[in-house]
Amino acid sequence: MASTAELEKIVTQVRRDIVRMVHAVNSGHPGGSLGCVEYLVSLYFETMKHDSSKFKMDGIGEDLFFLSNGHISPVFYSVLAHSGYFPVKELSTFRKLNTRLQGHPTTHEHLEGVRIASGSLGQGMSVAIGAALAKKLNKDNSIVYSLHGDGELQEGQIWEAAMYAAAKKVDNIISTVDMNGQQIDGSTDQVLPMGSLRAKFEAFGWDVLDLEKGNDIASVVSTLKKAKEHTGKGKPVMILMKTEMGNGVDFMMGSHKWHGVAPNDEQLAQALNQNTETLGDY
Amino acid sequence: MKKFPYTEKKDTRSGFGAGLSELGKSNPNVVVLCADLTGSLKMDAFAKDHPERFFQTGIAEANMIGIAAGLTIGGKIPFTGTFANFSTGRVYDQIRQSVAYSGKNVKICASHAGLTLGEDGATHQILEDLGLMKMLPGMTVINPCDYNQTKAATIAIADFNGPVYLRFGRPTVPNFTPADQKFEIGKAVMLNEGTDVSIFATGHLVWKAIEAGEQLAAMGINAEIINIHTIKPLDNSAVLNSVRKTRCVVTAEEHQMNGGLGDSIAQLLARELPTPIEMVAVNDSFGESGTPDQLMTKYGLDPVNIVEAVKKVIARKA
Repeated sequence: MASTAELEKIVTQVRRDIVRMVHAVNSGHPGGSLGCVEYLVSLYFETMKHDSSKFKMDGIGEDLFFLSNGHISPVFYSVLAHSGYFPVKELSTFRKLNTRLQGHPTTHEHLEGVRIASGSLGQGMSVAIGAALAKKLNKDNSIVYSLHGDGELQEGQIWEAAMYAAAKKVDNIISTVDMNGQQIDGSTDQVLPMGSLRAKFEAFGWDVLDLEKGNDIASVVSTLKKAKEHTGKGKPVMILMKTEMGNGVDFMMGSHKWHGVAPNDEQLAQALNQNTETLGDY
Repeated sequence: MKKFPYTEKKDTRSGFGAGLSELGKSNPNVVVLCADLTGSLKMDAFAKDHPERFFQTGIAEANMIGIAAGLTIGGKIPFTGTFANFSTGRVYDQIRQSVAYSGKNVKICASHAGLTLGEDGATHQILEDLGLMKMLPGMTVINPCDYNQTKAATIAIADFNGPVYLRFGRPTVPNFTPADQKFEIGKAVMLNEGTDVSIFATGHLVWKAIEAGEQLAAMGINAEIINIHTIKPLDNSAVLNSVRKTRCVVTAEEHQMNGGLGDSIAQLLARELPTPIEMVAVNDSFGESGTPDQLMTKYGLDPVNIVEAVKKVIARKA
Protein backbone atom coordinates (compact mmCIF):
# COMPACT_ATOMS: atom_id res chain seq x y z
CA MET A 1 0.00 0.00 0.00
CA ALA A 2 1.49 3.28 -1.11
CA SER A 3 0.69 6.38 0.93
CA THR A 4 -1.21 9.25 -0.66
CA ALA A 5 1.94 11.37 -0.37
CA GLU A 6 3.97 8.75 -2.25
CA LEU A 7 1.35 8.53 -4.99
CA GLU A 8 1.26 12.33 -5.24
CA LYS A 9 5.00 12.34 -5.90
CA ILE A 10 4.53 9.94 -8.79
CA VAL A 11 1.63 12.02 -10.11
CA THR A 12 3.79 15.14 -10.19
CA GLN A 13 6.63 13.38 -11.97
CA VAL A 14 4.25 11.88 -14.54
CA ARG A 15 2.88 15.37 -15.26
CA ARG A 16 6.43 16.61 -15.88
CA ASP A 17 7.09 13.67 -18.20
CA ILE A 18 3.93 14.37 -20.20
CA VAL A 19 4.67 18.01 -20.91
CA ARG A 20 8.34 17.32 -21.61
CA MET A 21 7.53 14.46 -23.99
CA VAL A 22 5.05 16.43 -26.09
CA HIS A 23 7.22 19.53 -26.02
CA ALA A 24 10.26 17.59 -27.26
CA VAL A 25 8.53 16.52 -30.48
CA ASN A 26 6.09 19.42 -30.69
CA SER A 27 3.23 16.96 -30.99
CA GLY A 28 1.03 14.67 -28.94
CA HIS A 29 -1.91 15.05 -26.59
CA PRO A 30 -1.12 16.70 -23.24
CA GLY A 31 -4.64 17.77 -22.14
CA GLY A 32 -6.33 14.37 -21.78
CA SER A 33 -3.08 12.84 -20.56
CA LEU A 34 -2.83 15.30 -17.66
CA GLY A 35 -6.46 14.70 -16.72
CA CYS A 36 -5.92 10.94 -16.31
CA VAL A 37 -2.66 10.95 -14.34
CA GLU A 38 -4.27 10.16 -10.97
CA TYR A 39 -6.33 7.33 -12.49
CA LEU A 40 -3.36 5.61 -14.13
CA VAL A 41 -1.06 6.13 -11.15
CA SER A 42 -3.67 4.62 -8.86
CA LEU A 43 -4.21 1.66 -11.21
CA TYR A 44 -0.55 0.77 -11.65
CA PHE A 45 0.80 1.69 -8.20
CA GLU A 46 -2.12 0.75 -6.01
CA THR A 47 -5.08 -1.02 -7.59
CA MET A 48 -3.89 -3.64 -10.05
CA LYS A 49 -2.19 -6.91 -9.36
CA HIS A 50 0.51 -7.00 -12.03
CA ASP A 51 4.14 -7.89 -12.58
CA SER A 52 6.18 -5.37 -14.54
CA SER A 53 9.42 -7.33 -14.17
CA LYS A 54 8.42 -10.07 -16.61
CA PHE A 55 5.83 -8.88 -19.07
CA LYS A 56 3.77 -11.67 -20.60
CA MET A 57 1.27 -10.93 -23.33
CA ASP A 58 -1.27 -13.45 -21.98
CA GLY A 59 -1.27 -11.76 -18.56
CA ILE A 60 -2.60 -14.91 -16.93
CA GLY A 61 -3.02 -14.37 -13.18
CA GLU A 62 -2.63 -10.59 -13.55
CA ASP A 63 -5.08 -7.73 -13.74
CA LEU A 64 -5.02 -6.15 -17.20
CA PHE A 65 -5.52 -2.61 -18.43
CA PHE A 66 -6.60 -1.49 -21.90
CA LEU A 67 -6.30 2.12 -22.98
CA SER A 68 -9.05 2.64 -25.54
CA ASN A 69 -8.47 6.37 -26.06
CA GLY A 70 -4.93 5.74 -27.27
CA HIS A 71 -4.11 9.37 -27.93
CA ILE A 72 -3.35 9.89 -24.25
CA SER A 73 -0.30 7.70 -24.75
CA PRO A 74 2.06 10.12 -22.89
CA VAL A 75 0.45 9.38 -19.52
CA PHE A 76 0.27 5.65 -20.30
CA TYR A 77 3.96 5.48 -21.29
CA SER A 78 5.13 7.48 -18.32
CA VAL A 79 3.19 5.35 -15.84
CA LEU A 80 4.34 2.10 -17.49
CA ALA A 81 7.96 3.26 -17.37
CA HIS A 82 7.81 4.34 -13.72
CA SER A 83 6.11 1.03 -12.91
CA GLY A 84 9.14 -0.77 -14.30
CA TYR A 85 7.86 -2.11 -17.64
CA PHE A 86 10.67 -0.40 -19.57
CA PRO A 87 13.44 2.10 -18.79
CA VAL A 88 12.26 5.60 -17.90
CA LYS A 89 14.90 7.07 -20.21
CA GLU A 90 13.08 5.53 -23.18
CA LEU A 91 10.40 8.22 -22.69
CA SER A 92 12.81 10.52 -24.55
CA THR A 93 12.13 8.56 -27.75
CA PHE A 94 8.39 9.32 -27.75
CA ARG A 95 7.06 9.84 -31.31
CA LYS A 96 10.56 9.81 -32.81
CA LEU A 97 11.60 7.65 -35.75
CA ASN A 98 12.27 3.99 -34.81
CA THR A 99 10.74 4.42 -31.35
CA ARG A 100 8.74 1.79 -29.49
CA LEU A 101 6.72 4.70 -28.06
CA GLN A 102 4.61 5.36 -31.14
CA GLY A 103 2.23 8.31 -31.26
CA HIS A 104 -0.53 5.90 -30.31
CA PRO A 105 0.21 2.72 -28.34
CA THR A 106 0.94 -0.44 -30.29
CA THR A 107 2.06 -4.01 -29.73
CA HIS A 108 3.83 -3.85 -33.07
CA GLU A 109 7.10 -2.59 -31.56
CA HIS A 110 6.90 -5.01 -28.63
CA LEU A 111 6.74 -2.38 -25.91
CA GLU A 112 6.29 -4.13 -22.59
CA GLY A 113 2.99 -3.31 -20.91
CA VAL A 114 1.00 -2.73 -24.10
CA ARG A 115 -1.37 -5.52 -25.18
CA ILE A 116 -3.33 -3.93 -28.04
CA ALA A 117 -2.99 -1.10 -30.50
CA SER A 118 -5.40 1.77 -29.88
CA GLY A 119 -6.00 5.18 -31.33
CA SER A 120 -8.82 4.61 -33.76
CA LEU A 121 -11.51 5.15 -31.13
CA GLY A 122 -14.23 2.89 -29.80
CA GLN A 123 -12.46 -0.47 -29.99
CA GLY A 124 -10.97 -0.94 -26.53
CA MET A 125 -14.08 -1.98 -24.64
CA SER A 126 -14.64 -4.91 -27.00
CA VAL A 127 -11.02 -5.98 -26.60
CA ALA A 128 -11.26 -5.71 -22.80
CA ILE A 129 -14.40 -7.85 -22.86
CA GLY A 130 -12.58 -10.48 -24.93
CA ALA A 131 -9.70 -10.51 -22.45
CA ALA A 132 -12.21 -10.78 -19.59
CA LEU A 133 -13.94 -13.73 -21.28
CA ALA A 134 -10.57 -15.45 -21.71
CA LYS A 135 -9.96 -14.97 -17.98
CA LYS A 136 -13.25 -16.67 -17.20
CA LEU A 137 -12.37 -19.59 -19.52
CA ASN A 138 -8.96 -19.83 -17.85
CA LYS A 139 -10.55 -19.79 -14.35
CA ASP A 140 -8.42 -16.71 -13.70
CA ASN A 141 -10.22 -14.43 -11.26
CA SER A 142 -8.20 -11.31 -12.10
CA ILE A 143 -9.87 -8.10 -13.26
CA VAL A 144 -9.76 -6.34 -16.61
CA TYR A 145 -9.77 -2.53 -16.66
CA SER A 146 -10.37 -0.21 -19.58
CA LEU A 147 -10.33 3.55 -20.02
CA HIS A 148 -12.36 5.54 -22.53
CA GLY A 149 -12.77 9.18 -23.39
CA ASP A 150 -16.21 10.72 -23.10
CA GLY A 151 -16.05 11.91 -26.69
CA GLU A 152 -15.14 8.34 -27.62
CA LEU A 153 -18.60 7.23 -26.52
CA GLN A 154 -19.92 8.76 -29.73
CA GLU A 155 -18.51 5.69 -31.52
CA GLY A 156 -21.19 3.03 -32.06
CA GLN A 157 -18.96 0.07 -31.24
CA ILE A 158 -18.83 1.20 -27.59
CA TRP A 159 -22.56 0.58 -27.32
CA GLU A 160 -22.34 -2.80 -29.05
CA ALA A 161 -19.76 -3.71 -26.43
CA ALA A 162 -21.77 -2.21 -23.55
CA MET A 163 -24.84 -4.20 -24.59
CA TYR A 164 -22.85 -7.41 -24.88
CA ALA A 165 -21.02 -7.09 -21.54
CA ALA A 166 -24.24 -6.66 -19.59
CA ALA A 167 -26.24 -9.26 -21.56
CA LYS A 168 -23.53 -11.90 -21.11
CA LYS A 169 -22.78 -10.95 -17.50
CA VAL A 170 -19.13 -10.06 -18.05
CA ASP A 171 -18.68 -9.06 -14.42
CA ASN A 172 -14.88 -9.13 -14.24
CA ILE A 173 -14.46 -5.87 -16.12
CA ILE A 174 -14.22 -2.32 -14.74
CA SER A 175 -14.46 0.31 -17.45
CA THR A 176 -13.90 3.99 -16.76
CA VAL A 177 -15.02 6.96 -18.79
CA ASP A 178 -12.86 10.06 -18.51
CA MET A 179 -15.55 12.74 -18.33
CA ASN A 180 -13.50 15.82 -19.04
CA GLY A 181 -16.31 17.19 -21.20
CA GLN A 182 -13.94 18.12 -24.03
CA GLN A 183 -13.15 16.84 -27.48
CA ILE A 184 -11.21 18.17 -30.47
CA ASP A 185 -13.83 20.52 -31.88
CA GLY A 186 -15.01 21.89 -28.54
CA SER A 187 -16.90 20.76 -25.47
CA THR A 188 -18.81 17.49 -25.78
CA ASP A 189 -21.99 19.52 -25.25
CA GLN A 190 -21.16 21.66 -28.26
CA VAL A 191 -20.12 18.78 -30.50
CA LEU A 192 -22.71 16.15 -29.63
CA PRO A 193 -24.46 16.28 -26.26
CA MET A 194 -24.70 12.78 -24.83
CA GLY A 195 -27.23 13.34 -22.07
CA SER A 196 -26.96 11.30 -18.90
CA LEU A 197 -24.22 8.70 -19.21
CA ARG A 198 -25.32 7.21 -15.90
CA ALA A 199 -28.83 6.67 -17.25
CA LYS A 200 -27.46 5.26 -20.49
CA PHE A 201 -25.11 2.74 -18.90
CA GLU A 202 -27.70 1.75 -16.29
CA ALA A 203 -30.21 1.19 -19.06
CA PHE A 204 -27.64 -1.03 -20.75
CA GLY A 205 -27.38 -3.05 -17.53
CA TRP A 206 -24.12 -1.81 -16.00
CA ASP A 207 -23.35 -1.21 -12.34
CA VAL A 208 -22.44 2.50 -12.44
CA LEU A 209 -20.23 4.32 -9.93
CA ASP A 210 -19.56 8.05 -9.90
CA LEU A 211 -16.13 9.46 -9.27
CA GLU A 212 -16.66 13.17 -8.77
CA LYS A 213 -13.02 14.01 -8.03
CA GLY A 214 -11.06 12.20 -10.69
CA ASN A 215 -8.02 14.36 -10.05
CA ASP A 216 -7.90 13.63 -6.33
CA ILE A 217 -5.66 10.63 -5.85
CA ALA A 218 -7.31 9.48 -2.61
CA SER A 219 -10.76 9.59 -4.22
CA VAL A 220 -9.53 7.67 -7.24
CA VAL A 221 -7.90 4.99 -5.10
CA SER A 222 -10.99 4.54 -2.97
CA THR A 223 -13.39 4.46 -5.93
CA LEU A 224 -11.30 1.86 -7.74
CA LYS A 225 -11.24 -0.19 -4.54
CA LYS A 226 -15.00 0.08 -4.27
CA ALA A 227 -15.39 -0.82 -7.96
CA LYS A 228 -13.41 -3.99 -7.38
CA GLU A 229 -15.88 -4.96 -4.67
CA HIS A 230 -18.66 -4.56 -7.23
CA THR A 231 -17.13 -7.16 -9.60
CA GLY A 232 -18.28 -10.77 -9.63
CA LYS A 233 -21.91 -9.84 -9.09
CA GLY A 234 -23.29 -10.48 -12.56
CA LYS A 235 -22.83 -6.98 -13.98
CA PRO A 236 -20.00 -5.13 -15.70
CA VAL A 237 -18.84 -2.13 -13.64
CA MET A 238 -18.61 1.41 -14.99
CA ILE A 239 -16.88 4.35 -13.31
CA LEU A 240 -17.93 7.78 -14.56
CA MET A 241 -14.87 9.80 -13.65
CA LYS A 242 -15.00 13.59 -13.73
CA THR A 243 -11.63 15.11 -14.55
CA GLU A 244 -10.20 18.42 -15.70
CA MET A 245 -8.42 18.31 -19.03
CA GLY A 246 -4.90 19.67 -18.56
CA ASN A 247 -5.06 19.19 -14.79
CA GLY A 248 -1.99 20.37 -12.88
CA VAL A 249 -0.91 22.92 -15.49
CA ASP A 250 -3.05 26.01 -14.91
CA PHE A 251 -3.05 27.45 -18.41
CA MET A 252 -4.05 24.10 -19.94
CA MET A 253 -7.12 23.65 -17.73
CA GLY A 254 -10.74 24.38 -18.57
CA SER A 255 -10.48 24.25 -22.36
CA HIS A 256 -10.34 21.81 -25.25
CA LYS A 257 -7.49 23.85 -26.72
CA TRP A 258 -4.77 21.60 -25.30
CA HIS A 259 -6.25 18.36 -26.62
CA GLY A 260 -3.56 17.90 -29.22
CA VAL A 261 -1.21 20.86 -28.97
CA ALA A 262 2.29 20.91 -27.47
CA PRO A 263 3.56 23.73 -25.25
CA ASN A 264 6.31 26.06 -26.52
CA ASP A 265 9.55 26.62 -24.57
CA GLU A 266 8.10 29.30 -22.36
CA GLN A 267 4.93 27.36 -21.65
CA LEU A 268 6.98 24.27 -20.85
CA ALA A 269 9.01 26.21 -18.27
CA GLN A 270 5.80 27.49 -16.75
CA ALA A 271 4.30 23.97 -16.59
CA LEU A 272 7.44 22.54 -15.01
CA ASN A 273 7.51 25.33 -12.44
CA GLN A 274 4.08 24.24 -11.32
CA ASN A 275 5.24 20.62 -10.98
CA THR A 276 8.64 20.28 -9.37
CA GLU A 277 10.77 17.24 -10.02
CA THR A 278 10.13 14.40 -7.56
CA LEU A 279 11.52 11.13 -8.93
CA GLY A 280 14.02 12.52 -11.42
CA ASP A 281 13.38 13.55 -15.02
CA TYR A 282 14.13 11.05 -17.79
CA MET B 1 -6.11 -34.07 -69.10
CA LYS B 2 -6.19 -35.70 -65.69
CA LYS B 3 -9.57 -36.82 -64.38
CA PHE B 4 -10.99 -35.51 -61.10
CA PRO B 5 -13.68 -37.94 -60.02
CA TYR B 6 -16.04 -36.96 -57.24
CA THR B 7 -18.97 -38.67 -55.58
CA GLU B 8 -20.95 -35.68 -54.37
CA LYS B 9 -21.37 -31.95 -54.46
CA LYS B 10 -21.05 -30.16 -51.13
CA ASP B 11 -20.84 -26.59 -49.92
CA THR B 12 -17.52 -25.20 -48.73
CA ARG B 13 -19.17 -23.67 -45.66
CA SER B 14 -20.04 -27.18 -44.48
CA GLY B 15 -16.36 -28.05 -44.81
CA PHE B 16 -15.68 -25.14 -42.47
CA GLY B 17 -18.29 -26.41 -39.99
CA ALA B 18 -16.82 -29.92 -40.09
CA GLY B 19 -13.31 -28.53 -39.54
CA LEU B 20 -14.52 -26.51 -36.56
CA SER B 21 -16.12 -29.58 -35.02
CA GLU B 22 -12.82 -31.46 -35.25
CA LEU B 23 -10.97 -28.53 -33.72
CA GLY B 24 -13.53 -28.44 -30.92
CA LYS B 25 -12.45 -31.94 -29.95
CA SER B 26 -8.73 -31.62 -30.62
CA ASN B 27 -7.81 -28.10 -29.52
CA PRO B 28 -9.22 -26.75 -26.23
CA ASN B 29 -7.96 -23.24 -27.02
CA VAL B 30 -10.17 -22.86 -30.09
CA VAL B 31 -13.12 -20.57 -29.39
CA VAL B 32 -15.83 -19.53 -31.83
CA LEU B 33 -17.69 -16.23 -32.22
CA CYS B 34 -20.69 -15.61 -34.42
CA ALA B 35 -22.77 -12.54 -35.27
CA ASP B 36 -26.21 -14.14 -35.62
CA LEU B 37 -25.44 -16.47 -38.54
CA THR B 38 -24.65 -19.72 -36.75
CA GLY B 39 -26.74 -21.86 -39.10
CA SER B 40 -25.52 -20.18 -42.27
CA LEU B 41 -21.90 -20.65 -41.19
CA LYS B 42 -22.52 -24.27 -40.13
CA MET B 43 -21.27 -23.50 -36.64
CA ASP B 44 -24.21 -25.26 -34.95
CA ALA B 45 -22.34 -28.44 -34.07
CA PHE B 46 -19.49 -26.57 -32.38
CA ALA B 47 -21.97 -24.35 -30.54
CA LYS B 48 -23.91 -27.36 -29.31
CA ASP B 49 -20.90 -29.44 -28.28
CA HIS B 50 -18.88 -26.61 -26.72
CA PRO B 51 -21.30 -23.96 -25.44
CA GLU B 52 -18.68 -22.56 -23.04
CA ARG B 53 -16.37 -21.83 -25.98
CA PHE B 54 -19.03 -20.38 -28.27
CA PHE B 55 -19.82 -16.65 -28.14
CA GLN B 56 -22.95 -15.34 -29.81
CA THR B 57 -22.40 -11.60 -30.20
CA GLY B 58 -25.64 -10.71 -31.92
CA ILE B 59 -25.64 -8.48 -35.00
CA ALA B 60 -22.58 -6.53 -33.90
CA GLU B 61 -19.63 -7.45 -36.07
CA ALA B 62 -17.30 -4.67 -34.88
CA ASN B 63 -17.71 -5.82 -31.28
CA MET B 64 -17.19 -9.43 -32.38
CA ILE B 65 -13.82 -8.63 -33.96
CA GLY B 66 -12.72 -6.67 -30.87
CA ILE B 67 -13.76 -9.45 -28.50
CA ALA B 68 -11.89 -11.94 -30.67
CA ALA B 69 -8.74 -9.80 -30.45
CA GLY B 70 -9.11 -9.68 -26.66
CA LEU B 71 -9.61 -13.44 -26.37
CA THR B 72 -6.21 -14.04 -27.99
CA ILE B 73 -4.59 -12.18 -25.09
CA GLY B 74 -5.62 -15.00 -22.77
CA GLY B 75 -4.15 -17.57 -25.17
CA LYS B 76 -7.35 -18.45 -27.04
CA ILE B 77 -7.58 -19.04 -30.79
CA PRO B 78 -10.79 -17.28 -31.87
CA PHE B 79 -12.59 -18.12 -35.11
CA THR B 80 -15.13 -15.43 -36.04
CA GLY B 81 -17.96 -16.25 -38.40
CA THR B 82 -20.29 -14.16 -40.50
CA PHE B 83 -20.87 -13.42 -44.19
CA ALA B 84 -17.81 -12.25 -46.12
CA ASN B 85 -19.29 -8.79 -46.57
CA PHE B 86 -19.72 -8.27 -42.82
CA SER B 87 -16.38 -9.99 -42.09
CA THR B 88 -14.35 -7.48 -44.06
CA GLY B 89 -15.72 -4.17 -45.34
CA ARG B 90 -18.00 -3.62 -42.39
CA VAL B 91 -15.21 -4.11 -39.85
CA TYR B 92 -12.13 -3.08 -41.79
CA ASP B 93 -10.79 -0.64 -39.23
CA GLN B 94 -11.40 -3.06 -36.35
CA ILE B 95 -9.46 -5.75 -38.21
CA ARG B 96 -6.76 -3.29 -39.18
CA GLN B 97 -6.07 -1.91 -35.70
CA SER B 98 -7.15 -4.55 -33.19
CA VAL B 99 -6.17 -7.64 -35.21
CA ALA B 100 -3.62 -7.04 -37.99
CA TYR B 101 -1.57 -4.16 -36.55
CA SER B 102 -1.84 -5.68 -33.09
CA GLY B 103 -0.65 -9.04 -34.49
CA LYS B 104 -3.49 -11.00 -32.91
CA ASN B 105 -4.10 -14.66 -33.66
CA VAL B 106 -7.67 -14.23 -34.92
CA LYS B 107 -9.15 -16.37 -37.70
CA ILE B 108 -11.69 -14.35 -39.65
CA CYS B 109 -13.92 -16.92 -41.33
CA ALA B 110 -16.22 -15.64 -44.04
CA SER B 111 -19.02 -17.41 -45.83
CA HIS B 112 -21.32 -16.47 -48.72
CA ALA B 113 -18.49 -14.72 -50.55
CA GLY B 114 -19.00 -13.55 -54.10
CA LEU B 115 -21.83 -13.83 -56.61
CA THR B 116 -22.79 -17.40 -55.63
CA LEU B 117 -24.55 -16.06 -52.56
CA GLY B 118 -27.27 -15.60 -55.16
CA GLU B 119 -30.71 -14.13 -54.70
CA ASP B 120 -29.93 -11.74 -51.81
CA GLY B 121 -28.20 -9.53 -54.36
CA ALA B 122 -25.33 -7.11 -54.44
CA THR B 123 -25.68 -5.76 -50.87
CA HIS B 124 -24.45 -9.15 -49.67
CA GLN B 125 -22.31 -10.32 -52.62
CA ILE B 126 -18.92 -8.96 -51.70
CA LEU B 127 -16.40 -9.13 -54.53
CA GLU B 128 -13.76 -6.95 -52.89
CA ASP B 129 -12.91 -8.96 -49.76
CA LEU B 130 -9.73 -10.66 -50.99
CA GLY B 131 -8.31 -7.31 -52.01
CA LEU B 132 -9.24 -5.63 -48.74
CA MET B 133 -7.70 -8.40 -46.69
CA LYS B 134 -4.55 -8.96 -48.72
CA MET B 135 -3.60 -5.29 -48.41
CA LEU B 136 -3.31 -5.59 -44.63
CA PRO B 137 0.29 -6.21 -43.55
CA GLY B 138 0.69 -9.59 -41.88
CA MET B 139 -2.69 -10.94 -42.98
CA THR B 140 -2.81 -14.43 -44.50
CA VAL B 141 -5.61 -14.84 -47.06
CA ILE B 142 -7.01 -18.26 -47.97
CA ASN B 143 -9.75 -19.20 -50.45
CA PRO B 144 -10.18 -22.98 -50.70
CA CYS B 145 -12.02 -24.68 -53.58
CA ASP B 146 -14.23 -27.44 -52.15
CA TYR B 147 -15.57 -29.08 -48.99
CA ASN B 148 -12.52 -31.23 -48.25
CA GLN B 149 -10.06 -28.43 -48.82
CA THR B 150 -12.07 -25.97 -46.70
CA LYS B 151 -12.21 -28.47 -43.86
CA ALA B 152 -8.46 -29.08 -44.10
CA ALA B 153 -7.75 -25.33 -44.26
CA THR B 154 -9.91 -24.69 -41.19
CA ILE B 155 -7.92 -27.23 -39.22
CA ALA B 156 -4.57 -26.00 -40.56
CA ILE B 157 -5.06 -22.35 -39.64
CA ALA B 158 -5.58 -23.21 -35.97
CA ASP B 159 -1.96 -24.36 -35.84
CA PHE B 160 -0.71 -21.24 -37.58
CA ASN B 161 0.06 -18.30 -35.31
CA GLY B 162 -1.18 -15.06 -36.89
CA PRO B 163 -4.24 -13.39 -38.33
CA VAL B 164 -5.94 -15.28 -41.16
CA TYR B 165 -8.83 -14.50 -43.51
CA LEU B 166 -10.55 -17.72 -44.61
CA ARG B 167 -13.10 -17.30 -47.42
CA PHE B 168 -15.71 -19.83 -48.47
CA GLY B 169 -19.20 -19.93 -49.92
CA ARG B 170 -22.77 -21.04 -50.05
CA PRO B 171 -23.40 -23.24 -53.14
CA THR B 172 -22.65 -26.92 -53.47
CA VAL B 173 -19.71 -27.68 -55.76
CA PRO B 174 -17.96 -30.93 -56.70
CA ASN B 175 -15.99 -32.23 -53.74
CA PHE B 176 -12.96 -33.60 -55.56
CA THR B 177 -9.83 -32.90 -53.52
CA PRO B 178 -8.61 -35.94 -51.56
CA ALA B 179 -10.05 -36.04 -48.03
CA ASP B 180 -6.60 -36.80 -46.65
CA GLN B 181 -4.76 -34.06 -48.55
CA LYS B 182 -2.70 -32.00 -46.13
CA PHE B 183 -3.39 -28.28 -46.33
CA GLU B 184 -0.17 -26.30 -46.60
CA ILE B 185 -0.67 -22.56 -46.22
CA GLY B 186 1.02 -20.70 -49.07
CA LYS B 187 1.63 -23.80 -51.20
CA ALA B 188 -0.17 -23.97 -54.54
CA VAL B 189 -1.63 -27.30 -55.64
CA MET B 190 -0.77 -28.60 -59.11
CA LEU B 191 -3.91 -30.14 -60.57
CA ASN B 192 -2.93 -30.78 -64.19
CA GLU B 193 0.48 -30.39 -65.74
CA GLY B 194 0.44 -28.77 -69.16
CA THR B 195 2.60 -26.84 -71.58
CA ASP B 196 0.41 -24.38 -73.51
CA VAL B 197 -1.02 -22.10 -70.86
CA SER B 198 -1.02 -21.70 -67.06
CA ILE B 199 -4.46 -21.39 -65.52
CA PHE B 200 -4.32 -20.13 -61.93
CA ALA B 201 -7.69 -20.45 -60.24
CA THR B 202 -8.99 -19.97 -56.71
CA GLY B 203 -12.13 -20.90 -54.78
CA HIS B 204 -15.20 -21.87 -56.78
CA LEU B 205 -13.38 -21.13 -60.04
CA VAL B 206 -11.03 -24.08 -59.54
CA TRP B 207 -13.67 -26.58 -60.64
CA LYS B 208 -14.63 -24.35 -63.53
CA ALA B 209 -10.97 -24.29 -64.57
CA ILE B 210 -10.96 -28.09 -64.58
CA GLU B 211 -14.04 -28.12 -66.81
CA ALA B 212 -12.38 -25.58 -69.07
CA GLY B 213 -9.24 -27.74 -69.15
CA GLU B 214 -11.27 -30.67 -70.46
CA GLN B 215 -12.77 -28.53 -73.23
CA LEU B 216 -9.33 -27.19 -74.10
CA ALA B 217 -7.88 -30.71 -74.22
CA ALA B 218 -10.55 -31.63 -76.76
CA MET B 219 -9.29 -28.72 -78.87
CA GLY B 220 -5.70 -29.91 -78.54
CA ILE B 221 -4.68 -27.29 -75.98
CA ASN B 222 -2.70 -28.68 -73.08
CA ALA B 223 -3.47 -26.47 -70.06
CA GLU B 224 -1.58 -26.46 -66.79
CA ILE B 225 -4.09 -25.95 -63.98
CA ILE B 226 -2.97 -24.79 -60.56
CA ASN B 227 -5.16 -24.26 -57.51
CA ILE B 228 -4.05 -21.13 -55.68
CA HIS B 229 -5.86 -21.63 -52.38
CA THR B 230 -3.62 -19.13 -50.59
CA ILE B 231 -3.86 -15.67 -52.11
CA LYS B 232 -1.36 -14.28 -49.61
CA PRO B 233 1.40 -15.24 -49.22
CA LEU B 234 1.33 -16.12 -52.92
CA ASP B 235 3.32 -19.20 -53.95
CA ASN B 236 5.66 -17.19 -56.17
CA SER B 237 7.87 -20.07 -57.19
CA ALA B 238 4.91 -22.25 -58.25
CA VAL B 239 3.65 -19.39 -60.43
CA LEU B 240 7.03 -18.57 -61.95
CA ASN B 241 7.98 -22.21 -62.59
CA SER B 242 4.74 -22.79 -64.43
CA VAL B 243 4.92 -19.59 -66.45
CA ARG B 244 8.53 -20.24 -67.53
CA LYS B 245 7.18 -23.37 -69.21
CA THR B 246 3.88 -22.11 -70.67
CA ARG B 247 4.69 -18.42 -71.31
CA CYS B 248 1.08 -17.27 -70.94
CA VAL B 249 -1.41 -17.01 -68.11
CA VAL B 250 -5.14 -17.01 -67.36
CA THR B 251 -6.36 -16.28 -63.84
CA ALA B 252 -9.86 -17.17 -62.62
CA GLU B 253 -11.67 -16.03 -59.49
CA GLU B 254 -15.06 -15.03 -58.09
CA HIS B 255 -13.89 -11.53 -57.18
CA GLN B 256 -13.27 -8.11 -58.66
CA MET B 257 -10.43 -8.00 -61.12
CA ASN B 258 -9.07 -5.10 -59.06
CA GLY B 259 -7.40 -6.45 -55.98
CA GLY B 260 -7.92 -10.15 -56.60
CA LEU B 261 -5.74 -13.14 -57.44
CA GLY B 262 -5.16 -11.98 -61.02
CA ASP B 263 -3.89 -8.69 -59.74
CA SER B 264 -1.42 -10.44 -57.39
CA ILE B 265 -0.13 -12.69 -60.16
CA ALA B 266 0.14 -9.82 -62.64
CA GLN B 267 2.14 -7.86 -60.09
CA LEU B 268 4.54 -10.76 -59.58
CA LEU B 269 4.96 -11.37 -63.31
CA ALA B 270 5.43 -7.70 -64.10
CA ARG B 271 8.34 -7.64 -61.67
CA GLU B 272 9.91 -11.02 -62.37
CA LEU B 273 8.78 -12.38 -65.73
CA PRO B 274 6.59 -10.15 -67.93
CA THR B 275 4.07 -12.47 -69.59
CA PRO B 276 0.75 -12.10 -71.45
CA ILE B 277 -2.10 -12.52 -68.97
CA GLU B 278 -5.89 -12.60 -69.21
CA MET B 279 -8.15 -12.39 -66.16
CA VAL B 280 -11.48 -14.09 -65.65
CA ALA B 281 -13.04 -12.01 -62.86
CA VAL B 282 -15.79 -9.47 -62.27
CA ASN B 283 -14.88 -6.29 -64.08
CA ASP B 284 -15.56 -3.30 -61.85
CA SER B 285 -19.20 -4.09 -61.27
CA PHE B 286 -21.59 -4.95 -58.45
CA GLY B 287 -23.60 -8.16 -58.65
CA GLU B 288 -27.40 -8.54 -58.55
CA SER B 289 -30.15 -11.00 -57.62
CA GLY B 290 -30.34 -14.31 -59.45
CA THR B 291 -29.44 -17.95 -59.03
CA PRO B 292 -25.73 -18.65 -58.55
CA ASP B 293 -25.49 -20.31 -61.98
CA GLN B 294 -27.26 -17.46 -63.73
CA LEU B 295 -24.98 -14.94 -62.07
CA MET B 296 -21.78 -16.79 -62.88
CA THR B 297 -22.88 -16.88 -66.52
CA LYS B 298 -23.98 -13.26 -66.69
CA TYR B 299 -20.77 -11.99 -65.07
CA GLY B 300 -18.51 -14.14 -67.21
CA LEU B 301 -17.19 -16.66 -64.69
CA ASP B 302 -18.00 -19.91 -66.54
CA PRO B 303 -15.70 -22.49 -68.14
CA VAL B 304 -16.48 -20.99 -71.55
CA ASN B 305 -15.05 -17.67 -70.36
CA ILE B 306 -11.85 -19.40 -69.26
CA VAL B 307 -11.62 -21.16 -72.63
CA GLU B 308 -12.05 -17.86 -74.46
CA ALA B 309 -9.41 -16.21 -72.27
CA VAL B 310 -7.00 -19.06 -72.98
CA LYS B 311 -7.46 -18.75 -76.76
CA LYS B 312 -6.91 -15.02 -76.50
CA VAL B 313 -3.78 -15.23 -74.37
CA ILE B 314 -2.20 -18.00 -76.48
CA ALA B 315 -2.65 -15.75 -79.51
CA ARG B 316 -0.76 -13.03 -77.65
CA LYS B 317 2.27 -15.24 -76.97
CA ALA B 318 5.38 -13.96 -78.69
